[in-house]
Amino acid sequence: MISFFIKRLLLLIPVFLAVSLVIFMIVHLVPGDPIDNLVQINSSPEQKAALAAKYGLDKPLYQQYTIWLGNALTGDLGDAIILRRPVADLIAQNLPHSLSLGALALLFSTVVGITAGALAAIYKDSWIDRVTMTLILLGSTVPGFWLGLLLIMLFAVQLGWFPVSGARSWDALVLPVLTIGLGGVALVARVTRVAMIETARKDFVMMLHAKGVPPWRIELRHVLRHALLPVVTILSLRIGWILGGAVTVEFVFARPGLGSLLITSLNQRDYPVVQGALLMLAVAVMLGTLLGDIVQAAMDPRVRERIK
Amino acid sequence: MTAFAPIRTAIWSPRGGVSAAVLVLVVACALFAPLIAPYAYDIQNLPGANTEPGAAHWMGTDEFGRDLMSRIIYGARTSLSVAVTAISISVAAGLTLGAMAGYFGGWFDRAVTAVVDLTWSFPEILIALILIAIIGPGLESTMVAISIAYLAQFTRLTRAQIMALKNETYVEATTNLGAGHFHIIFRHLLPNALTPVIVAGMLATGDAIILEATLGFFGLGAQPPTPSWGAMMSSGTAQIFIAPWIIIFPGLAIAITVISINLFGDALIEALDIRNRLRSV
Repeated sequence: MISFFIKRLLLLIPVFLAVSLVIFMIVHLVPGDPIDNLVQINSSPEQKAALAAKYGLDKPLYQQYTIWLGNALTGDLGDAIILRRPVADLIAQNLPHSLSLGALALLFSTVVGITAGALAAIYKDSWIDRVTMTLILLGSTVPGFWLGLLLIMLFAVQLGWFPVSGARSWDALVLPVLTIGLGGVALVARVTRVAMIETARKDFVMMLHAKGVPPWRIELRHVLRHALLPVVTILSLRIGWILGGAVTVEFVFARPGLGSLLITSLNQRDYPVVQGALLMLAVAVMLGTLLGDIVQAAMDPRVRERIK
Repeated sequence: MTAFAPIRTAIWSPRGGVSAAVLVLVVACALFAPLIAPYAYDIQNLPGANTEPGAAHWMGTDEFGRDLMSRIIYGARTSLSVAVTAISISVAAGLTLGAMAGYFGGWFDRAVTAVVDLTWSFPEILIALILIAIIGPGLESTMVAISIAYLAQFTRLTRAQIMALKNETYVEATTNLGAGHFHIIFRHLLPNALTPVIVAGMLATGDAIILEATLGFFGLGAQPPTPSWGAMMSSGTAQIFIAPWIIIFPGLAIAITVISINLFGDALIEALDIRNRLRSV
């Protein structure tokens, strides 16, 4: 298991290098002199020269990349052009909000998704199944930000149960988690349902029925347990999508977080912040996927074998 | 059996028929917007701003007094043209890359697979945002960003199809008859691999509409006064307390369009019996 973990971690290094290279190239690919994309407005020529020296802008591109990556790895992501603060500070300030939102949304998607999928599978072709399937279709096709806005209209503006925006209290998390979660619930429930229906047809399940094991016990102890494997697989593949949902939803709810930071700085063309936020989001997706793989390997020895 | 037989089967199924009818309506809105829309999309009428839906304005007016229904009808143009163009480019590029990689193998295949696997684990929205950061906001950038964000999916799918097909006996026979590589790829392999990729492309068009709307909502897509479903909702957020219809109707337009695309795609998958070939990816 530990060797699996180490191998999986090593596989992330080339991915990280490739992604960071693309993110590094942003300031060089946008029109204009890179220095103008990095320096604060109205800086003196001395300040510009100092920054150019810091990033080694007179050196070849690959050396600039190693300098930038070295700085980034030691926590120096440069200074924000508009906000005039170190990018690392901005990220440290926003990251906890994104993490709590992402983690809660993931938890919500998993728990509610598995429950809904299991109920739909157990009561296949009943009204429970049909209602769940309809909600699944809606949940996977309705744009996340629109759903968020509808929830705001209903629960915040009309009923006044939750705050419209911001992150001042815990209850400001409810609507954002619901918004991201619904897409995740749809995904998890669909996979759970199909996996349970397929497992229920297997010979060992028929054997259990023949032995006279109570049906609820078969469904929960045997069928569901079997069906969890594809659910974990799909979750580990799609963890990035749930985190990506956080980007949209933070912006809708005007919550602090990496997503809001990224969108605001993209609109202001504040490139050091754009780079820092993108790098952090990419790392979050990579670590999330890694976490999913580890859970999957812990549950299924065949996965551990495959990577050896 | 002609190529259109499965499409006919799909249209005659209940959900396929309803969704096809809705899609025809949406496409008609996009094509004939100036004929259908009751007002111009960009004429402001500030005294009539934020009017509730009623007889004169079926869906109300926005914060500049522009007729919301007209803007939604014109918005179908923006959303559909961006999504369809982007996905068409993506499908064409994915077919070519995937076919070459699957057929020739070797270092080219390894390079393509490496890049595809790299982008595969990242959500499309993140890839699109990285690209927008490079090429800057706007409608053309949105198109480019969407087509690259979905490229991995089509390349992967095509490659899997070609890998499964290239060892068939008829390919060996054609090779022995002296056919060149490109003749085999484009005349024999791709036509057989095409169906699942095109259906996947159709389903992705629905996702692309949502992605376009999301980028528009962020202010990174269509710029005012171009009517775009996402951008309309974005300006509506400031009026959420007094004019919720500015948000409700464009979102409804997106939801109905995307659900119809998914339902019709699903009916097509059933009619063509290709669910397994799509799942193999």
